[in-house]
Amino acid sequence: MPRFLARRILGSLPLVLLVLTATFAALHFAPGDPVRLYLGPDADAAAVNAARHALGLDRPLAVQYLEWLLRFVRGDWGTSLAQHRAVTAVLSDALAPTLLLTGTGLLLTYLLGVTVGTLQAARRGTALDTALTVATTVLAAVPAYVLALGLVLVFTFGSTRWGWPSALRLPAIGAEGVGADFLDPVQRLGDRVRHLVLPALTLSVIGAAGLARFARASVAGALRQPFVAAARARGLAERRVLLRHAARNALLPLVTLLGLQLPALFSGAVFVEAIFAWPGMGRVAVQAVLARDYPVVMAVTAVFALLVIAGNLLADVLAAWSDPRVEESA
Amino acid sequence: MSAGRGLADRLRRDPRALAGGLVILGAIACAAVAALNTGPPAPLEEIVARRFVAPFGATPDGVLHLLGTDRFGRDLLARLCVGARVSLAVGLLAALTSLLLGVLLGGVAGYAGGVPDRLITALTDAALAVPRVPFLLLLVVLFEPGLALVVLALGLTGWMTVARLVRAEVRAARNRPFVEAARALGATPGRVLTRHLLPNALAPALVAAALGTGNAMMMEAGLSFLGLGVQPPTPSWGNMIAAGRDALVTAPWVALAPACAVAVVVLAFSLLADALEAALAGEGASR
Repeated sequence: MPRFLARRILGSLPLVLLVLTATFAALHFAPGDPVRLYLGPDADAAAVNAARHALGLDRPLAVQYLEWLLRFVRGDWGTSLAQHRAVTAVLSDALAPTLLLTGTGLLLTYLLGVTVGTLQAARRGTALDTALTVATTVLAAVPAYVLALGLVLVFTFGSTRWGWPSALRLPAIGAEGVGADFLDPVQRLGDRVRHLVLPALTLSVIGAAGLARFARASVAGALRQPFVAAARARGLAERRVLLRHAARNALLPLVTLLGLQLPALFSGAVFVEAIFAWPGMGRVAVQAVLARDYPVVMAVTAVFALLVIAGNLLADVLAAWSDPRVEESA
Repeated sequence: MSAGRGLADRLRRDPRALAGGLVILGAIACAAVAALNTGPPAPLEEIVARRFVAPFGATPDGVLHLLGTDRFGRDLLARLCVGARVSLAVGLLAALTSLLLGVLLGGVAGYAGGVPDRLITALTDAALAVPRVPFLLLLVVLFEPGLALVVLALGLTGWMTVARLVRAEVRAARNRPFVEAARALGATPGRVLTRHLLPNALAPALVAAALGTGNAMMMEAGLSFLGLGVQPPTPSWGNMIAAGRDALVTAPWVALAPACAVAVVVLAFSLLADALEAALAGEGASR
């Protein structure tokens, strides 16, 4: 396992370098002079030249690239043009909320998707199966921001108007309530969970719909295998056959779908964070775009790409851990 | 070609292809009607009386609005049709860009093998690792937002699936007898690729392109929804949803009409892709 892990980490390094190089290229060849953006249009030529020299922008491209790479690795990611503070400071505030949101979203995606898919495979050909197929096909086509607006309409505005119990009246703005600082720890946790429900649900439902279709096909395939027939022949209860024998073998390959789920998850997070005013990296990116603060947008894109690469690595390791054949063939 | 006819027959019998195709044709028809109808804007006093008419409601002067009106008293159905032009154009052009790029890169990688293959495959893997929306935001911040940029940006971020499919098809076919024969007759690599290999790889690429069109429309609406895509007053479904968001409680139809339009057309493209894929699989089985 350690050798497999080392090989996979080394294997993803070129990808990381490629992402970083693309980031530098975008930063460098962006239209508009960063010095002028930083100093303002009224700065005189001498000040501009001085700033350019101070920032090292008058040196050869290769030198600039290597220095930029070195600074990036050391954690110096430049300065936000709009907020006039370090990009890392801007991002570090936003990283935790994004990881909370996407982590919960990913967990719910797999939980919902696998449950629905397994249920469909077990009830193959019934009306329930057909209904769920229609539902997952439709949901997979709904854009995240549309689903978000629908959920807000029902669970934030509708639930109040129709007098639903307070557990179903969910907040749609931010990661915690206005007076959260004054709540005791238990109430504060409850407040946070309530704020997490709608964004995480929006993020997971669409991915879960896609995953359910894979899970259904995979479990249905496993149910036709000889070992399932053998388990049935030994007189095991159908429930046990389904969950212990068929599903268990069929669902492990779904781990590798993580690599495809992650980019979509982070893309969805941008919309979801913008709609629910969730204080994460997606919202930071959108605000930075509106302020034309491109060092921040660049850094967000790079961080998301690095998270995807890390996620793929994790998926490979999980696959190898759950199935030794993967490690041997790699 | 009998194989092509079999495919068309199978597609015609598939209810998914029928439903998807009808919706897409309907959207195109709406867009075409909208192109004919460009009247002058209404005077201000009329606008106030016409604001936020509910669906199936009529304005004081007796004009029926099937989908209602928005905050400026504009008929939503008419705006939806104008928006369809923008949304469909962006979706189709972006998918076409992706298709061309994917076929080119996948074809070269699959046929050439060796170093070009490894380079293109590495590029494809890297591009797949970059989440699309943050990357689109990056392009929007670096260049001026607008229709052309949205098409180009979506086209440049959607080619990877096509490239992978085409590469796999070309690789599988490049040593088949008919290709050997073409080479033996002295055909240049370019000719072998464009005349013999790519036509065979096009079918799966088209499935990916149909899905890609729906995805691109979804993304365009998303970017416009964030205020970073197609800019008002040009109506696109995305910026219509964004405009309706402020009146979500008092007049939900303003946001729901374009939202449903996006969802239905994206669904139509995905149904069409499903049907196409099933028809191709059936063709392979009967071959």
